[in-house]
Amino acid sequence: MPTISRKHTARQWSGAWLLALFLGVIGLIFSGSAYADENVLKKASLFPLWSPQAQFAGYYVALDKGLYARHGLEMTIISGGPERSPVESLQKGEADFAVLWLVDALQQRAGGGKLINVAQLVQRSSTMLVARKSSGIRTPADLAGRKVGVWEGVLGIPARIFLNNYHLQVKEIPQSYTVNLFLRGGVEVVSAMWYNEYHTLMLSGLDSDELNVFALHDYGVDLPEDGLYTLAETLRQDPELVAAFVRASLEGWDYAFTHPDEAIDIVLKYMREAKVPANRIHQRWMLARMEELIKHKNSPRSFGRLAQSDYEAVGEVLRKHGLLPVVPPYQVFVGETDAVE
Amino acid sequence: MPWNKSITLKLILVFTLSSALIFTVLIGYNYYRSSLLLEKGLEGEARNLAFSLVHRVETELAAIGKVTEGLARTLEVAEYSESELLALMRGTLVNNPEIYGTVIAFEPYAFKKSLRFYDPYFYRENGEIRFIESDQSYNYLLKDWYQIARETEKADWSEPYFDDGGEEALMATYTVPFYMGEGAARRVGGIVASDVDIRYLIELVSSVKVLKSGYAAIISRNGMIIAHPQQDLILNENIFSIAEEYNDQELRELGRKMIRGESDFTLYANMPGGRSWVYYAPLGSTGWTLAVTFPEAELFAELNQMSLAMSGMGLAGVMLLTIAVVIMARSITRPLCHLVKATNALAKGNFDLELPTVNSDDEVGVLTRDFQEMKVSLLQYIHDLTETTAAKERIQSELKVATDIQTSLLPRIFPPFPDRVEFSIHASMDPAKEVGGDFFDFFFIDQHRLCFLIADVSDKGVPAALYMMVAKTLLKTEAQRLGTPAEILTRVNEILAADNESCMFVTVFFAILDTRNGEVHYANAGHNSPLLASKGQGFEYLTIKAGFVLGPMPGSTYENEKITMRPGDVFFLYTDGVTEAKNQESALFGEQRLLATLQGDPQASLSELIHTVRAEVVKHANGAPQSDDVTMLAVRFNQVEGQAKIAPTVL
Repeated sequence: MPTISRKHTARQWSGAWLLALFLGVIGLIFSGSAYADENVLKKASLFPLWSPQAQFAGYYVALDKGLYARHGLEMTIISGGPERSPVESLQKGEADFAVLWLVDALQQRAGGGKLINVAQLVQRSSTMLVARKSSGIRTPADLAGRKVGVWEGVLGIPARIFLNNYHLQVKEIPQSYTVNLFLRGGVEVVSAMWYNEYHTLMLSGLDSDELNVFALHDYGVDLPEDGLYTLAETLRQDPELVAAFVRASLEGWDYAFTHPDEAIDIVLKYMREAKVPANRIHQRWMLARMEELIKHKNSPRSFGRLAQSDYEAVGEVLRKHGLLPVVPPYQVFVGETDAVE
Repeated sequence: MPWNKSITLKLILVFTLSSALIFTVLIGYNYYRSSLLLEKGLEGEARNLAFSLVHRVETELAAIGKVTEGLARTLEVAEYSESELLALMRGTLVNNPEIYGTVIAFEPYAFKKSLRFYDPYFYRENGEIRFIESDQSYNYLLKDWYQIARETEKADWSEPYFDDGGEEALMATYTVPFYMGEGAARRVGGIVASDVDIRYLIELVSSVKVLKSGYAAIISRNGMIIAHPQQDLILNENIFSIAEEYNDQELRELGRKMIRGESDFTLYANMPGGRSWVYYAPLGSTGWTLAVTFPEAELFAELNQMSLAMSGMGLAGVMLLTIAVVIMARSITRPLCHLVKATNALAKGNFDLELPTVNSDDEVGVLTRDFQEMKVSLLQYIHDLTETTAAKERIQSELKVATDIQTSLLPRIFPPFPDRVEFSIHASMDPAKEVGGDFFDFFFIDQHRLCFLIADVSDKGVPAALYMMVAKTLLKTEAQRLGTPAEILTRVNEILAADNESCMFVTVFFAILDTRNGEVHYANAGHNSPLLASKGQGFEYLTIKAGFVLGPMPGSTYENEKITMRPGDVFFLYTDGVTEAKNQESALFGEQRLLATLQGDPQASLSELIHTVRAEVVKHANGAPQSDDVTMLAVRFNQVEGQAKIAPTVL
């Protein structure tokens, strides 16, 4: 692929992105759906990290409320799940966009995958380690020698960094996508997402005062999680498609946060279609937590944007722990330049 | 107060209120006891229902557990070749139709050194047994069914799940770890797992009905709803998520007790159907919890209905009773009212009024008949009284005649001898009754001698009057014939005593004044001593011989005595009616008071003297009835016969 042309396109796209965003907002205010009607809808697809749940509410809301269509997209959301990898789907061309963790995308990039961060949603780490108080685990040091459930692959990275930071030797048990092993006493410590597994523990009859929670961002492990990615190729070929997708997705999130009940109804609908257990209360919790994670108030983090400082900090942490040989330049990673590999 | 005036009202109040009270207490007590009984009964029923369901589910699942454990133990006793292992698995599935599928999953490289994953799976489909060969791309190590049994090294039931094999099968998996190696090298070799389609158990539980809207449900160890009449809740809702949705801490606590394997019969307030009873008990080896629940209101619905009906009946009963009381009271009070009207007239003296006729023999009948008899008796009495009164009036009029006669017998014209200036005489007699026993008399027995006497017959009234007549006549007759007072009295006594069967007697003071010289000869037959006022010295009691009364016995003798009156001297005679006059306090007038009264004005005329004494006696009596005849006689000697005439003292 010619480098120059890609660079040129990226610059053009950058300007176009801002302009289009501006025009889009204006258009949304003044002309409603007129904008979309004038264009033939472009096909696009999204592969979320997981099966439908409120973690991806913004996309499902955008789809359901016709926001993608309004931005000229005929959107498909591919149902994710434990058996499928979003990165593979991107690379195989099954999906144009995917929801990935920043850490995952960085590692993929280091492995040669040409992934571009087009938006960063979850601005901080939501991963936590949870132990029963009755197990006597009160401080990180108490984890030593314990059976700790850790997700395999990229989802386990924050926990491993945390354990490394404290130089803890634990019996690491690969953790599945349920907390049942912990509930049945198979492990003493369980990995949990604040927006998901932590609440599942509550919904399994555990009270928060029975638990000791190590929220990793409180212990200096603060890795932004969900972001929207596409292949550099896709961005190069159709930057407007990417821009429209990002805009519609962010609008979708915005709508979900201002209309949480409707958003949950929409999410539940897709969950039922995908035949995954659908629990309104759990989804409500999840959406509320996602809002906190996405609307991170602290500057320089802003809605939908990956802050350069965050990016560099994460890169540094990964590099330090030997999880990343080199940190690609921020501008390249967010597609503002296709300069040098 | 109106209820004080009507028996009917009183009866209604008493009967209605007391019977209403009795009904209320009875119904209340019945409700209370019945509700206790119902609660107890239903708790028992809920327990039994839960027990039978638990037993049913447990029997099915325990059998599967045993087969799976058996398979695991078999793997431990010998090493099996792949074909032997598969034959064993197929055989297990063939022999146990309740098992849907069986998998034996080995630890990495444990079955064959070349194979990381080995997990042959047999399952049923359309009545046939199918086999899925082990696939190296399928990592079961991270599956809950494998990992939990592997890490806890315990046989256990999984959380139920929907089978993704197309059919909406609700499955649960029983997993048993098996071991390989001996001694120190002994470690988990893998997991035997049996899948069971639990749909029919769930349907069994979900279809249970308690009362109207009560039901049974199963929740898993994570609080997930596994069985519930509302299908869409199954595996979607969770007791804790519901608790969170309604912010219901009570439900959350209930859920926590359930998943801890506790068992209880308790009231839960916030059930959609209203406050409900919940009985829950652990489902044996699964760790799931069976709950049976039914609204409290339904439990009491029939009781409430019954109590309402009873209250209605009670109310009707009270009303009926009231009507009965009114009728009864009327039947009692109507004749009473008639009777009251009649007796009112009766009380006013209308004895001719006919009393109402009563045919009953009750108290009112008796009362009416008694009144009838009383009326007759009263009429009879009045008739008798009228006759008695007439008789009495006749006697009265006869007595009046007797009084007149008696009065006419005594001298009543004063002065009796206006031509005789030598003396003055005055007397009075006030009988206590119509006729009296006292009398006085004075008469000349010759030209110069004046007899004067005062007498008192024992007793009063008619007998005394009759006796007095005899005594007076005798005294006068004998005085004409004989000489001295003693002889006269002696003679009269003889006559009176001769035929005196009634033993009456008479006291007499008998005196004869000789107007020629003022000599007075006298004799006394038991009479009070007279008083004499000698010129200038005032009155004093004359000391005389007592003498015996005339009449009771013959042979009495009397003595003559004599005093000489000087001009101006006054003889005062009286009966005990004067001195023994009583006042209200029964105090006697007394001789001293008589003396004092006479002393008050010794110069007064005789009539004034007698009037003064009479007035004093009346004053003393002070309204007390006169108990005896009051009789007085006074004689003043003015001058010796033939001496120069002195004008007679004014009478």
